Amino acid sequence: MDSKIVLLKEEFSAELMKAENTADLEAIRVKYLGKKGSVTDLLKEMRDLSPEEKKAFGQKVNELKAEVADKIAERTTELKELEIQKEIEAMPEFDISMPANIAEGSYHPVTLVQRQCEEIFRTMGFNVENYSEIVTDYECFEALNIPKHHPARDMQDTYYLTNGQLLKTHTSAAQNAIYKKYRDALINDNVPIKAIFPGRCFRNEATDACHENTFFQMEGVMVDKDISISNLIYFMKTMLSEVFRKDLKVRLRPGFFPFVEPGFELDISCLICGGEGCPSCKHSGWLELCPCGMIHPEVLKAGGIDPEEYSGFAFGLGLTRLVMMKYGIKDIRDLNSGSLKVLSQFTDDE
Amino acid sequence: MFLSMNWISDFVDFTGLDKLDLIRRFSLSTAEVENEIFFKGSDISGIVVAEIKSVEDHPESKKLHLLKVDAGDGVLTDVVCGAPNVRVGMKTAFAKIGAKIGEIEITPRALAGYTSYGMCCSEKEVGISDDNSGIMDILEDVANGTDIKNVYEIEDIVFEVDNKSLTNRPDLWGHYGIAREFAAIADRPLKPLDVVDLSAYDNLEKVDMKIEDELCQRYSCIKLEGITKNVSPVNMRIRLFYCGMRGINLLADLTNYLMLEMGQPMHAFDSRKVEKIRIKRFDEPFTFRTLDGVDRNIDTNTLMICNGDTPVAIAGIMGGLDSEIVEDTTTLTLESATFNAVSTRKSTVKLAHRTDASMRYEKCLDPEMTVPAIARFIKLLKDIDADAKVVSALTDERGFNYDKINLKFDKNFVDRYTGIEISNDTIVKTLTALGFGVELQDNNFSVDVPSWRATKDVTIKADIIEEITRIFGYDNFDINTTKSPLYPVRADIEKTTEDRIKDILVKSFSLHELHSYIWMGYDECKSLGIEIEENVGLTNATNPNIATLRKSLIPTQLCQLKTNTGFAPSFGIFEVGRAVDGLKEDGMCNEKKNLAVTLFSKTKTPAELYFELRDILTVLSGDIKHAALSFEAAAPTHNYEHPKNLNKIYCEGEEIGIIGMVHPTVLKKIDKKANVVFAEINVGAFSAVKANDIKYDEPSKFPGIEIDLSFVTDKFAPVGEAVKNADCSLIKDIQVVDTYEDENGKSITVRLFFVHPEKTLTRDEVMNVVNSIIDSLSKKGIELKK
Repeated sequence: MDSKIVLLKEEFSAELMKAENTADLEAIRVKYLGKKGSVTDLLKEMRDLSPEEKKAFGQKVNELKAEVADKIAERTTELKELEIQKEIEAMPEFDISMPANIAEGSYHPVTLVQRQCEEIFRTMGFNVENYSEIVTDYECFEALNIPKHHPARDMQDTYYLTNGQLLKTHTSAAQNAIYKKYRDALINDNVPIKAIFPGRCFRNEATDACHENTFFQMEGVMVDKDISISNLIYFMKTMLSEVFRKDLKVRLRPGFFPFVEPGFELDISCLICGGEGCPSCKHSGWLELCPCGMIHPEVLKAGGIDPEEYSGFAFGLGLTRLVMMKYGIKDIRDLNSGSLKVLSQFTDDE
Repeated sequence: MFLSMNWISDFVDFTGLDKLDLIRRFSLSTAEVENEIFFKGSDISGIVVAEIKSVEDHPESKKLHLLKVDAGDGVLTDVVCGAPNVRVGMKTAFAKIGAKIGEIEITPRALAGYTSYGMCCSEKEVGISDDNSGIMDILEDVANGTDIKNVYEIEDIVFEVDNKSLTNRPDLWGHYGIAREFAAIADRPLKPLDVVDLSAYDNLEKVDMKIEDELCQRYSCIKLEGITKNVSPVNMRIRLFYCGMRGINLLADLTNYLMLEMGQPMHAFDSRKVEKIRIKRFDEPFTFRTLDGVDRNIDTNTLMICNGDTPVAIAGIMGGLDSEIVEDTTTLTLESATFNAVSTRKSTVKLAHRTDASMRYEKCLDPEMTVPAIARFIKLLKDIDADAKVVSALTDERGFNYDKINLKFDKNFVDRYTGIEISNDTIVKTLTALGFGVELQDNNFSVDVPSWRATKDVTIKADIIEEITRIFGYDNFDINTTKSPLYPVRADIEKTTEDRIKDILVKSFSLHELHSYIWMGYDECKSLGIEIEENVGLTNATNPNIATLRKSLIPTQLCQLKTNTGFAPSFGIFEVGRAVDGLKEDGMCNEKKNLAVTLFSKTKTPAELYFELRDILTVLSGDIKHAALSFEAAAPTHNYEHPKNLNKIYCEGEEIGIIGMVHPTVLKKIDKKANVVFAEINVGAFSAVKANDIKYDEPSKFPGIEIDLSFVTDKFAPVGEAVKNADCSLIKDIQVVDTYEDENGKSITVRLFFVHPEKTLTRDEVMNVVNSIIDSLSKKGIELKK
């Protein structure tokens, strides 16, 4: 009987060596350890043995059974590892330098810069207003202390419409409506007027690389009791430093605009040289950036606000100019060109 | 306008002060100075006065002369000179060996066989005029060898101020007004103008002059005789040249000099031609020849200076050719006047002829300046030509008077408006320096505005604040934030909606935002066959191509597609912009803020592209309003719309826009092989729709059942809509899993998901619902596929 065990062992070892994959191993397991397997058969032959022999033989068969099971398990682990290794080897290496294949959408660059500015002013408590592109002569001129025949009207070549309205020449055209919208809250509840209004403006002029008949500005106003020139300088310096993400120096010079008094031209320290003087600021150290000033008493009056009690400041940022400065766009006409080659580059910006 | 520091220094003593720093402060306190400052005379050195002692013809040149000159250094110098005006005894400007003229250094130089040890210079070479016709003829009695810069005011600092920054300051159109600003800035006194006393001539006869039109605010004149000199002093010519004018003759130079000094334009008539001065307009238009020889059309609104009824000058703009001073003029009438600014400006525009005089009159000149200008003119004239004689009394009339302006305010007003502390002393000193009359009592100011600031410039208290603060210096301000209370910022719903739309279109659907113009481009639309529909238009567009405003953003967007067809096989663009749909009842433009989206593809089928756009809009509505869209077939109203598949779009029952395909005629012109679909949403209407709240629905813990149903129809039928309308709370989701269309009709397979929140559904419960759907669709002609 013992010889049978030896034979079976040899036979098993030989077959185990031949197994190439886990499926072969499963077949071997069934052949030796299954209900009708060879090892199981050995136990069936024990019937004819004496009790002592049974005990000794049974022990040997059980040892064999354990040995076969162990060896199969051992070999299974080996083969599984081999298979994983093969799978790894079969995986090709990719060329990550291949161009990306994703179509990104894009914003108009004016949208990007406008949003940055709006966010800055919102954090400082300014409402962002929405205003029409077509306005009346009153809104664009009369309410801003620019009567008929005022030379300032010559400076802004206006597109007049067949119904007597006009395309707004500057975002200041929204001032009157803003004052009327918020004056009750100002007068009754002491809520200061703080608003910006970005918008598209139009000038009847020939276009070239520096001139467009359609462009964007952003107006800002603040009205309350005791708003002063000192406040104006503070807000302009703080806000422009945020816009350009630099601690800027600002400088005011007298400037004449009928809707402010005093009126200023505001210069910022040159963004390139910081004020030392360089070719981009024509060696002056300063860049003329935006007109601003204390709101003219007649303009406040036209908005229903008593200039004896309230004062305020206003400013006008050239949004289109900011866009060109920020992205280095040299030809203003690119912005309205509708060319996707130019404009699809502006995917998003912080 | 160019300004000379030498000229300004006639009126303010700058001893010990840095002139460049003063110019910088002028730029910050008064008006912008251009970056480039001219240091006149700095580019020449070593040029001295020399006397020509002998002149010989050059043996081999007709032009050249051989000179011996005495340059004051004890020897005679040999010079070869080509100037035609050389003569013995003449004193001229001589550049010695080692002298510099610009980049050139004078060295001994051989000219046609003779060596020249220096160069005689013309006025142009010295830089004091553009006269290069001969060498300088120095008439002054100065010793040979004297540096030319010590003879004439060649060295000067000249700066330029942009005329635009002076539009509101009539007083700054001459050096004297500019000097007043410098005096205030430098805190130095302003010297009075040196003038003659005109009352000395009161006994003489007056000029026959009468203002017959209120557009003439003031007219002052006087007659002069016996002027013998014709050439102006060199220093006067240098100043005129440095300030951008050419020397002509003594009288013309003097009127120009007065204009540049006081800002008062003046004109001299030949008294023989102007015996009876009348200032008026004419009832009929006529042609008038100005002194530049041009015939100009004069209309009935243009003010004229006349001799009786004969026009002799266009008031404030230019004199006439016939009344000009000529060689045999013995007596002249000097005019110094002010005219209505608006009228002068209009006439200038009509005549398309702007002069140095009209430019000044347009700014509202001070009428009080006319008489001092005459007094100053006579003073300068007599200093130059002692023979000149005044032969009439000053004749002066007014046609209009400005109100005297007095402004009252208190210290508290200044403090509030400036936000800083400026002392009463500083306020009084600043205003006084600028010519204001100031009275101060217990912190209350009473300020008289001087006539030269009272024509339009300074009229209210806020104007006074500007005077105080600009001289105080904005650089010297403490900067402080406001004390205003803080309130939450309210977002504008339309603006927020616009921002969210843009984000979704860019981020989720990779569309591109473009801007297009508010008007229709005629040429661009024509090339696509898009009709220019009647609408509000521009009355004065310089470019006739843009005379009509757009009713919709779609045409301008289709024009943009046309220029981008090579960008990619498939892409989409959008714009949030304004369109004008005619007029409202009140006559105002019906302006709308619209979103336009167009999709272009060379690879997708019309249906794929159409449903892609439908799905984009569905996401917009779902995301922003938590609402589904519904559609209703529409009839085309524009010639670029395809008659089929045009649908009005509704959100929560409100009509918000339209979706459609491009008409084949237009489409073929955009691209023969592409498909284009478009949608336009009224952002105002869409943002006004009340957004639904997000409704949370707890997922069922019980298993659901999926049923696929295939329907066939023999005609177009809204299957999707019909299934959706089968109202059953057990249906949790509906998906279209397959569609098929052939000549026999359309087949569609939908997958329905049934689930019950509280129990496991039985097959029978589900089949009841399914059967009711099949029945209801059957009634609409949609049959279950057998």
